[in-house]
Amino acid sequence: MTEYTQKIREIAKKLLSEGKVDVVIGFREGTVPLMAEPCLVSDPAGVDQLVFNSFCGVNLANYLPRRKDRIAVVAKGCDSRNMAQHIAENQINRDQLVIIGAPCTRMMDRRKVAAAVDGKDITSVAEADGRLTVTGPGFEKVLDRESVLQDNCAICVHVNPVLSDEMLADPLPEQEKDRYTDIREVEAMTPGERYAHFEELLSGCIRCYACRNACPLCYCPTCFVDESKPQWVGKSIDPTDTLTFHFLRAFHCAGRCTDCGACERACPVGINVRQFTKKLEKDCKELFDWEAGMSPDVRPPLDTFRPDDPGKFIK
Amino acid sequence: MGIDPGRLHFSWISSAEATKFVDVATKVIEEVKALGPADRFVKEKAQVA
Ligand code: SF4
Ligand code: SF4
Repeated sequence: MTEYTQKIREIAKKLLSEGKVDVVIGFREGTVPLMAEPCLVSDPAGVDQLVFNSFCGVNLANYLPRRKDRIAVVAKGCDSRNMAQHIAENQINRDQLVIIGAPCTRMMDRRKVAAAVDGKDITSVAEADGRLTVTGPGFEKVLDRESVLQDNCAICVHVNPVLSDEMLADPLPEQEKDRYTDIREVEAMTPGERYAHFEELLSGCIRCYACRNACPLCYCPTCFVDESKPQWVGKSIDPTDTLTFHFLRAFHCAGRCTDCGACERACPVGINVRQFTKKLEKDCKELFDWEAGMSPDVRPPLDTFRPDDPGKFIK
Repeated sequence: MGIDPGRLHFSWISSAEATKFVDVATKVIEEVKALGPADRFVKEKAQVA
């Protein structure tokens, strides 16, 4: 995947020096291994910091809303879907964007890599031929990349960008996958069991809102959790407040979430917050045959009315 | 979400359908009463020592 790095630099340099865009949004190496970080480059001399590897899990669509300049942006499959969603929601204009499409070979989960080396300090990683070589003081370990994929990437069925102006490689084959085995387990529980399950799932949540901040969908100027007049939800870590935050966050993402995994990736506690958004994703798929962000030209199911919308729950 | 199905009701009632409104409201109250006090999504008042 690192071959992409060279191409991204070339494209970025060309676009910036020809004045076609004002800024390029991509990734650069983070300050610690396993953490590529988002990076905005506006000077052609700065393109050499751009990289692409298996730790570019941040969703770059998050950096687009309300920008007024012309932007080139690197997009994996999920990023591109969130960009399509932004265009449909009028957060950015298509003609402001040059989308550099990256057919994605799936991102790796830094937590799984750390666990595979028993939490030892990692000083560098190298990728080649589907393997990841992890080195640290006094050890070197080779891991199979399939064993350390992010959970959402392992079940991703849209690795190829849905929108692109430049492509870094030919599209990759898409997999067929049952995406909802975990959700069906929760659906099969009684209401009481389900409540207990969610309480347990969220018991470690510290209400830091990193999951919300990492999410490209959460661009409201003031989030409902931050409002104090009226205060919609308590600000404590009382389990009821925490559950309320998570349920509402998920419902605000209904029909819009692309399961990019940015929320889960950002959580410092490692909470599987995708459990909530994924249930709604499943419902949208089953009730409206809808997958978010597949086209910027179709209105999402929750802002359209069709006479044949399912309504059996209304008495 | 862990809410008992009997506690959540949806109905479509026009402003002209007063009797339907009464019927639905009565039915909701009866069903919820039968379930008793909720023990989920309940927040205790903060205890001051
Ligand atoms: S809710 Fe999570 S998985 Fe869904 S779009 Fe937002 S960050 Fe991505
Ligand atoms: S990032 Fe994790 S700890 Fe922070 S609010 Fe979200 S779920 Fe809770």
